[in-house]
Amino acid sequence: MTKVTMTVNGKSVSAEVEGRTLLSAFLREGLALTGTHIGCDTTQCGACTVHVDGKAVKSCAVFALDVEGADVRTIEGMANADGSLSVIQQSFQDHHGLQCGFCTPGMVMASAALLADNPKPTEAEVRHHLEGNICRCTGYHNIVKAVLAASGQDVPAVAAE
Amino acid sequence: MPKDTGIGASSKRREDVRFLSGKGLYTQDIALAGQTYAVMVRSNVAHGKIKSINTAKAAAMPGVLAVFTGEDFKDVGGNPAGWLINSRDGTPMREPKRPVLAHGKVRHVGDAYAAIVAESYNQAKDAAQQLADDTDIEELPAIIDMKAAVANADNRVHDEIPDNVCFDWGWIEDNRAAVDAAFKSAPHVTTLELVNNRLVPNAMEPRASIGEYNTGTGDYKLTTTSQNPHLTRLLVAAFVLGIPENKLTVVAPDVGGGFGSKIYHYGEEAVVLAAAKKLGRPVRWIAERSESFLSDAHGRDHVTKIEMASTKDGEILAIRTETLANVGAYLSNFSTATPTFLHGTLMAGPYKVPHVYVNVKTVFTNTAPVDAYRGAGRPEATFSIERVVDKMCRELGLDAFEVRRKNLLTPDQFPYTTPVGLVYDTGNYQATLDKAIELGDVAGFESRRAASAAKGKLRGMGLSTWIEACGIAPSHLVGVLGARVGLFDAATVRVNATGNISVMTGAHSHGQGHETVFAQIVADKLGVDESSIEIVHGDTSKIPFGMGSYGSRSLAVCGSAMTKAVDKIIAKGKKIAAHMLEASEGDIVFEAGKFSVAGTDKAKTFGEIAFSAYVPHNYPLETLEPGLEETAFYDPANFTYPAGAYICEVEVDPETGKVDIASFTCADDFGNVMNPMIVEGQVHGGVGQGIGQALLENTVYDENGQILTASFMDYAMPRADDVPFYTVDHSCATPCTHNPLGAKGCGEAGAIGSPPAVVNAVIDALHRGGHTHVAHIDMPVSPARVWAAING
Repeated sequence: MTKVTMTVNGKSVSAEVEGRTLLSAFLREGLALTGTHIGCDTTQCGACTVHVDGKAVKSCAVFALDVEGADVRTIEGMANADGSLSVIQQSFQDHHGLQCGFCTPGMVMASAALLADNPKPTEAEVRHHLEGNICRCTGYHNIVKAVLAASGQDVPAVAAE
Repeated sequence: MPKDTGIGASSKRREDVRFLSGKGLYTQDIALAGQTYAVMVRSNVAHGKIKSINTAKAAAMPGVLAVFTGEDFKDVGGNPAGWLINSRDGTPMREPKRPVLAHGKVRHVGDAYAAIVAESYNQAKDAAQQLADDTDIEELPAIIDMKAAVANADNRVHDEIPDNVCFDWGWIEDNRAAVDAAFKSAPHVTTLELVNNRLVPNAMEPRASIGEYNTGTGDYKLTTTSQNPHLTRLLVAAFVLGIPENKLTVVAPDVGGGFGSKIYHYGEEAVVLAAAKKLGRPVRWIAERSESFLSDAHGRDHVTKIEMASTKDGEILAIRTETLANVGAYLSNFSTATPTFLHGTLMAGPYKVPHVYVNVKTVFTNTAPVDAYRGAGRPEATFSIERVVDKMCRELGLDAFEVRRKNLLTPDQFPYTTPVGLVYDTGNYQATLDKAIELGDVAGFESRRAASAAKGKLRGMGLSTWIEACGIAPSHLVGVLGARVGLFDAATVRVNATGNISVMTGAHSHGQGHETVFAQIVADKLGVDESSIEIVHGDTSKIPFGMGSYGSRSLAVCGSAMTKAVDKIIAKGKKIAAHMLEASEGDIVFEAGKFSVAGTDKAKTFGEIAFSAYVPHNYPLETLEPGLEETAFYDPANFTYPAGAYICEVEVDPETGKVDIASFTCADDFGNVMNPMIVEGQVHGGVGQGIGQALLENTVYDENGQILTASFMDYAMPRADDVPFYTVDHSCATPCTHNPLGAKGCGEAGAIGSPPAVVNAVIDALHRGGHTHVAHIDMPVSPARVWAAING
């Protein structure tokens, strides 16, 4: 067991972990932050996406020990300070960008990271960026729409109601 | 004008806030004091005889609490098939026992033959590996290909079933001679052999189950990823473990998608319950994704020959099909209904075709069980019909739009009895076809084609006019057809003393948005605010006995039960109001949340009536019970028949064979729509899955029965950059004639109607590009297959 210390959603946390403990397991089992979901175990589905030092990272493919000292943010840390949904979260609700909700935390984290890097992405850029996050419910239509809308851009006519 | 509340409003989903905040509670998120971890030990061969399992070493490993094998469950019941299908000769289907854990033989890669329970997940994993090392399985030849399975009587998945055939079904057998005669005299016959590719449902939440046992009361609790907690309770309690139903609570909490795969009872659910009893501690099992690929029920997997008899100008005279349908190694709960009554009964499509005959042989193989996956039988039927219609048009040089228009049933023909046993109640197939032609800008196709050609791409357009039968199902009818259950649903509406309302539903929401849309309906009917209504689902200790959510049934069946329960509330409210207002019951009208005496200003609000029901000081107690809570069960009189027209445009790169979806247009008739935003989302999702089936997804077993596509690295799920924005419309509505909401189902439509539109578009593109030798390409229409077709 080795001690690891990191900041998670603004709070400093430290714990003794096994070398094989994944960041996803550390968050879910160690910190009870179960909004980060496990959908595939092979870094493909993206349900476990979190931010590590501002970058979108699939937490099932990172050892907890590898993020020693890092600033980690999960879906539980995405709301505004007053507890209301942030712009990207609210856009997912406004545009029906989720159904079963299982992929949603990863989708939100991946989308937020995209908008931080590229505040006005094209539709093609949104689709390309989200290629690592699988959703089985929405056919992606309303997810792409939600991300474009959250960026303050008009959505294409075909996607409008 | 769009409404902003109640029926017809695009109310935002209330469940979204918890999902968007990471506060959803899925089975994998639940942690219990003292919990233990179960790991299944699964066969790595497709077919084998279990010669010995030595549990000693695994049982002695650190943290291991229990080891279970098939021997521990050999005396409990099997996991049953829900439908009894008879063969053409009248003999009942062959129905091998499906054990909790494999016993004697393993029959597919992933077949669980043992389970380890340990203090930690890693300890259970380590012991599972040890047990696998200490197990001697003699590998037998694998039976994978269906044609070979039927032909080879010596090689058997189940020793007692000589030809690996579960049943040989004819629908309708008595019509066979007339259909054959129609073919003999037909001016033209189009023949198409096709494969409906095997799919893995892949809900994003892997299956998971937690068993608990209360050593004080003897009560069990199963928390599990289920679309239908009461059905699961019935199966695991009454059929498998022999637990009285009233000693088992099944909870399906937030469930991350189902698409059919979470309808069924699986052996892991019995294992965690039995283990919880043995240990007196909670036992959790969470599937890894690879386990989902190995052990979830798969979908589709038909090999079909379809023939269509027609006149030279495209009037359809008869349809005849022969299908081999894979059921895998064991009969999953709906597996015998899916290729028969959910498939054969739809084989007339939306057309006035007088003669139809369907033959389905259902075949055991050494593969994972196959069962209903979004659409369940209806996508298979629709794909066969819409592909062969298109082929007929090409053979005869006819226009695909006009041939469909000529054959579609017309509005004056309803109710219409098909030659395959259904009665379509209503529809307007011309209207949805016209709407799709308008929205898809068919008139502008030629200029788009020219623009594609200028880029070196082949552009094509494909049409699918589809119908389906959903809202499953009228119990009297499915009983005749072999169902061993009723398919009603139920809802309880409890008006609380302070006027807010709890609605307990048999339907389960795992993405469909019931918590929002059901509240809209009750609010609309009672004239109260949506926010005063709570929808409770998923817990058998709270909800009435309903059959859950699948087959696009939640609204049509459970929503109807809920509406009936609300009607009972209003009827009782009128009695209370009549007493309080000193009027006769017949003079009380209920409108906009108020009970009033007709023609007067005397009225009581809904809240006042509710309060009086619970504080019955001024109340007709001698004739009326206090309280305001009503339950209704609803058994549908018929299926509902959503229908529509889909147009897909593709661009094919002739150099690589890559197909891009350029546009996808849906004009659907779902009857009355409760929440347009949610309905459109359902269509988007269904079309996304249909495009996945058409272009990307395939489940591949090699000749030894090893599954080659058991992860998201090998199985091509549709991703955001594989699909376009879709154009969807549901304005051409003909309300269902037999349920109180006038609603049809919308959940499966997209997955049913879209695959043939995509493939028809690809074939169209190739023909327009001069590759007229290409008559068909099997799904998935991958770049390799398209390239080979062009260059073959």
